[in-house]
Amino acid sequence: MSQRNVIPFGPQHPVLPEPIHLDLVTEDETVIEAIPSIGFVHRGLEKLVEKKDYQDFVYVAERICGICSFMHGMTYCQAVEEIMEIAVPERALYLRTVWAELSRIHSHLMWLGLAADAFGFESLFMNCWRLREGILDIIEATTGGRVIFGSCKIGGVRRDIDDETMKGIVEKLGTIGAEIGRTTDVFLNDYSVQHRLKGIGVLSGEEAHALGTVGPVLRASGVAMDARKIDYAAYRNLKFEPVVEKAGDCHARCRVRVREIFQSVDLIGQAARKMPGGEIFVKVTGAPNGEFFSRVEQPRGEVIYYVKANGTKNLQRFRVRTPTFANLPAMVKMLEGASIADVPNIILTIDPCISCVER
Amino acid sequence: MSFLSMTRNIAENLFKGPSTRRYPKEKREYGLKSRGMIGIDIEACIFCGLCSRRCPTGALTVRKDQKEWEIDRLRCVFCGYCVEVCPKKCLAMANHYSPCVTERAAAVHLERQALRDAADAPAEGKE
Amino acid sequence: MTEEQTTITMEKDELLGAVSDFHSQGYRLAQICCTALGDTIEINYSFDKEYRFKNLRLSIRPDEEIQSISIIYWSAFTYENEMSELFGVKIRNIVVDYKGHFYRTAVATPFVAPEPDAGNATEKE
Repeated sequence: MSQRNVIPFGPQHPVLPEPIHLDLVTEDETVIEAIPSIGFVHRGLEKLVEKKDYQDFVYVAERICGICSFMHGMTYCQAVEEIMEIAVPERALYLRTVWAELSRIHSHLMWLGLAADAFGFESLFMNCWRLREGILDIIEATTGGRVIFGSCKIGGVRRDIDDETMKGIVEKLGTIGAEIGRTTDVFLNDYSVQHRLKGIGVLSGEEAHALGTVGPVLRASGVAMDARKIDYAAYRNLKFEPVVEKAGDCHARCRVRVREIFQSVDLIGQAARKMPGGEIFVKVTGAPNGEFFSRVEQPRGEVIYYVKANGTKNLQRFRVRTPTFANLPAMVKMLEGASIADVPNIILTIDPCISCVER
Repeated sequence: MSFLSMTRNIAENLFKGPSTRRYPKEKREYGLKSRGMIGIDIEACIFCGLCSRRCPTGALTVRKDQKEWEIDRLRCVFCGYCVEVCPKKCLAMANHYSPCVTERAAAVHLERQALRDAADAPAEGKE
Repeated sequence: MTEEQTTITMEKDELLGAVSDFHSQGYRLAQICCTALGDTIEINYSFDKEYRFKNLRLSIRPDEEIQSISIIYWSAFTYENEMSELFGVKIRNIVVDYKGHFYRTAVATPFVAPEPDAGNATEKE
């Protein structure tokens, strides 16, 4: 019987971009149990809603996460629009879709870079981030911010993308897409990458479903669940199928994200072709009264916003269930039985966003 | 499965030159829409205070009696809400950033409207 | 309406039965959240199956104790720890009970605690 040790992992660790602490109970090189603890960056944003006007709160919602910022703002707006029964102009819905997909591309590229960094492939990491820069440039040219878009508001969007620019974006995405293809080829085919990721952190479809996981983690285990199929924004008019992989290991999660990048490029192309003209927002007056659970597929998975309003300018309750929060239990389960050397990879493959978790 | 999928990227990168900018020599050009910093045409301002009430971070202070408009640049999050709500459209978003500061107080920027002619002042008061 | 959302109200004693019904029908636990409404606390258990969103609602008094559903849905432990720490909901038998150490908060149950500067805030408005 070998001795049991507890190895503290985080909150400061080279592979962790954000603070989470794990107590890894190990026996030799194998993790027996992992106990997560969070709360290093809890900001209590949910409580802040009681002091802010519901229309101004979009800015706060956007700042819950620096990566899927636009989608946070969009989910919040959708929730309030649903309660107030606001018919958002079609063009605004398409613009939201384009920006949401751009965030997905840059988020996945960032994740691929971080994952490469976690398994020690520095040059691949830099390649991914160089490509991401191209996407960020598009975002900055259309919204004015690199990661905080500030473009969504209740009733529509704040900025328009004219048709000429839209065409340019689609063209640019074509060229960046080809470059991304050459880089992601390494993730899909390289021997050393596969050696580090294949068969690691396997989560079966049943387990993933039972643990309530969402997003790429769930889809990599063979469950076709993509919240974009709920038909919010313009997704009801676009053709796409959830990206599904069967293996359920770290490499499958990597493949799902790689394929989703190209799916997003395709979705932006479709949206650009179908984009109708017209207004980009409707004026919103009054205050919401009611409640709604708004769901959006973020790069990390399904996010749920619960908004409860009582007819005043301040909302009664605002609750965010971020995708990483739902994936934490799965991460704990995946870590059990893993080797210490694989722990960083497994943690990274759920694409942890701890600031999101703690809000 | 291949050992050489990265080689192509490496070869390309060898001949392409650096992807980074040689910074102080080569400056980045900001897009026209870039949100850099808030500026004000103070002469057009009517000191209604709408911008300061709307500001999500409370970075703006408007003193109507002293005809002053003040921004704490370190609190500003460049959302552009004030620009949007300004009834006189005297606020504008510049696409370059504000200069660096070494202490917090230096980031507070104050604009004061020049006192109008004595003839103007009572006329405004009557309204 | 982008989607239909059904809400089923129930009593404290029916919770475990209703949740296991959902579990046996193959629903995924989407989220659990808590709303403090003065003298009652409203808890929503949300489930999803093939994009159908269903919601179980429970209203309790702040001092009432409820059963943990983490014996049915293991992943509920994160939500339940969050509820007990931010709202002070008493939950019995959580599978992984952090006993107040899930979040590090300066005040106990910050989401229901009375605002210390409530008076000042209203004056400023």
